Amino acid sequence: MSSNGRRMTGIAVLVAVMVFTLLPLVSLLSAALQPQGSVPTGLAWPNDPQWGNFVDAWNAANMLTLLKSSTLIVIGVVPAALILSALAGYGLGQLRVPGATLILLLLLVGLTSPLEAKIIPLYYQLRDMGLLNTRWAIILPLIGLFMPFGVIWMRAHFLTIPRELTDAAKVDGATTWRAFRHIHIPLAMPALASLALLLFLWTWNQFLLAIVLVDDPSKRTMAGALGSFQGQYGTDVVLLSAGALVIMAPTVMVFLLLQRHFVRALLQGAIKG
Amino acid sequence: MSSALDRRSPDPPPLSTAPGRNHRHGPQPVLRRLLPIHGARRGRWLGWLYVLPALLVYAVFVLLPMARTVQYSFYDWNGVGPATAVGFDNYERVFTDPELISTIVHAFQLIVFFTVIPILVGLVVSSLVREVATGRFGTVARTTLFLPQIVPLVAAAIAWSWMYSSQGLVNQTLSVMGLDSLTRPWLADFTWALPAVGLIGSWVMTGLCTVLFLSGMAKIDKSLYEAAKVDGAGRISEFFAVTLPGLRQEIGVCVTITMIAALASFDVIYASTQGGPGRATQVPGVEIYRLAFTENQIGLGSALAIVLTVLVLACVLPIQRLVSEKNA
Repeated sequence: MSSNGRRMTGIAVLVAVMVFTLLPLVSLLSAALQPQGSVPTGLAWPNDPQWGNFVDAWNAANMLTLLKSSTLIVIGVVPAALILSALAGYGLGQLRVPGATLILLLLLVGLTSPLEAKIIPLYYQLRDMGLLNTRWAIILPLIGLFMPFGVIWMRAHFLTIPRELTDAAKVDGATTWRAFRHIHIPLAMPALASLALLLFLWTWNQFLLAIVLVDDPSKRTMAGALGSFQGQYGTDVVLLSAGALVIMAPTVMVFLLLQRHFVRALLQGAIKG
Repeated sequence: MSSALDRRSPDPPPLSTAPGRNHRHGPQPVLRRLLPIHGARRGRWLGWLYVLPALLVYAVFVLLPMARTVQYSFYDWNGVGPATAVGFDNYERVFTDPELISTIVHAFQLIVFFTVIPILVGLVVSSLVREVATGRFGTVARTTLFLPQIVPLVAAAIAWSWMYSSQGLVNQTLSVMGLDSLTRPWLADFTWALPAVGLIGSWVMTGLCTVLFLSGMAKIDKSLYEAAKVDGAGRISEFFAVTLPGLRQEIGVCVTITMIAALASFDVIYASTQGGPGRATQVPGVEIYRLAFTENQIGLGSALAIVLTVLVLACVLPIQRLVSEKNA
């Protein structure tokens, strides 16, 4: 009986937390569906939901351009960051280069220090490189900023791979590089895929870099563009709500699509530990 | 797993003579295969070739800017004209100007909302739902709780600004409960604006902590819970005897992530209150942005950035040590 009561409490608590999590988003949706120009109240399902508001928001926010811009930035950042992280993670976790502890400490400082510690000189650095107001101004610093997390993540993966595997490959005549390309990269795919998902999200949602380094919203990340959309339509609650939902839709959809993969990665982590 | 790692043969001893010199010529696979012992050592130094590209990008876009922030902080510079060295003047201002001190105080107050509340709620929720968060329902629950991590913080701030507005859901709910006297535009209220933006942080972080704790609990040996049951332990003693020690590492991770988010918060504040009303919610992150990019006080902004960084590292690095000690 007490076990049954425990189950009921558990389910009730979980549902309550889920409702609390969804409430602001549902409230945003209810505002987005009200007639434009009206003054909506917090949570009231409209009699005549104005789904057309999303089309207006799509056009007002210039979504197609924004999608293209964010995609270009992701393409510039994620593959490069993955390759550099995998290489360095292999060197630190599998080849155990001398001085690895020092490198790790250096990376840890970057991992824990806030972006605010770098943003002012980054502006002048990119200005001197002539890259302000281009997508490169977001791409290049982001690759650097992702290095601590990416390298530490891949190193953790390569630490779990027995080094006998590399040694055996060498006995078979493979170079370190061939062992990396043909044995270790395929084995690292799940770790790389999870890392790719995280880096994609963090790129797409990057805000501070975008608003400091790029003035033109059409060359920003999605989050940066949402910032300027808010500045433009801040007083129009209906259109702003619709726009915010339209702008967050792509990441939410990608997340829901890859959810299974994400859970699998989590479970693998659980088994390894 | 860790015991398997321990049993592995120890690393080859480090070379005693300056070894970097011998390896200027890059990879020579044939030689290495002929000289297996040398090869093993040489391979370790060649490993630097794998690490170098990442280190280079990291140095140019992270380490160099950090060093420059330190440098700027000792100058009076408007970003255009000549810079004058002013010693520690900027730091003196950070520690004496009440407006700047208040931003740091706000950052620490936000820790209550970004760190303390999410971790306490996360611990309570995850231990209550440990047995029911399985199967399809568990997946749906985890997905839902993760949503605040997926949407950009700016979107979270927009959603919550709407929740807190005069017409918003918070006031609507208070009215329904007959508490009209309490309704107010929360983000425009000098007393309530900071807790209100803080709760946006709680909303973002609680799901993350809960899901992390749930996955951590899945790793705790089931027999420990069985043993606790046999010993007649209630939920609370079970929590303190089994769950809490088992989650040490996950708690460390959550404290680290949420404390950095609290102290260095920018997106949420910038998009919800811009530091207002007045300076009631001004935090170091937004203040640094304002000083450097609208007030042209590069030196002062940099000094505040360095103080913020030192504070973050001072709060976060000890936790890293606590967590890694457990692994050692």
